[in-house]
Amino acid sequence: MPFKRYVEVGRIALVNYGKDYGKLVVIVDVIDQNRALVDAPDMVRGQMNFKRLTLTDIKIDIKRVPNKKTLIAALEAADVKNKWESSSWGRKLIVQKKRASLNDFDRFKIMLAKIKKAGVVRQELAKLKKETTC
Amino acid sequence: MSYKFHQFQVVGRGLPTETDEHPKIYRMKLWATNEVRAKSKFWYFLRKLKKVKKSNGQMLAINEIFEKNPTTIKNYGIWLRYQSRTGYHNMYKEYRDTTLNGGIEQMYTEMASRHRVRHHCIQVIKTATIPAKLCKRESTKQFHNSKIKFPLVFKKVRPPTRKLKTTYKASRPNLFV
Repeated sequence: MPFKRYVEVGRIALVNYGKDYGKLVVIVDVIDQNRALVDAPDMVRGQMNFKRLTLTDIKIDIKRVPNKKTLIAALEAADVKNKWESSSWGRKLIVQKKRASLNDFDRFKIMLAKIKKAGVVRQELAKLKKETTC
Repeated sequence: MSYKFHQFQVVGRGLPTETDEHPKIYRMKLWATNEVRAKSKFWYFLRKLKKVKKSNGQMLAINEIFEKNPTTIKNYGIWLRYQSRTGYHNMYKEYRDTTLNGGIEQMYTEMASRHRVRHHCIQVIKTATIPAKLCKRESTKQFHNSKIKFPLVFKKVRPPTRKLKTTYKASRPNLFV
């Protein structure tokens, strides 16, 4: 099983620990075996340990240590935001965030929607059961 | 990023006497955890170099020196003198880091781990930012590759905050990246 996700200049990673938890960052350079220079449009370029990063499949085409403007332009060109939000990992994170931010009324609405959906599914199942047994 | 060791510029001179109205002013750049320690270190070094002590000298200025470009990666060469169990030795070490304070902190921790030298037995002689061509150590030279690429081999699963840490887990973790 060869490796598919590499630490390289332009790799997009998700921060999984610390102050910038949940952010998508670009690996802009490698400091040494454990740390990378990391940049995102809304943060100051800084170093981050690889232990805090989870690599994603997305990679953009940039030279080593681009300046902020070039970085933002490259992110737009590669359409990272949409690619991320349409990927299954990105979608799951969005759903998690939504679920965590529900208020009681939203949860009530979800309960009703779930009951409705279960009712429809059960009706279809009953129909199919009738067809197979008869 | 908070560093344990801060870099200070300390300026001091001997007190003016009748024979010497304007004594020579000396300036030192050194690393210490705080200003008080920096001043003490300054007198320690100056005593070894000139005939002046804290009791017949005066501190003129002490400023902290901050990194000019903390967002660029540099190769730092550090020359140091340390005391081992059998004597004094000189050493040259290289570190890759974004700031000089970070490089110095790496040096202190590495000396402690590799040679069991505590930080008060280490004297920094000189530091310099080394261009990539002049680096001597293979461990820093291997990162001088503009197309650097390597996989992260083990994925350590961590809870995102210390609060969610548990002593026991239901199943063994999957380390496959």
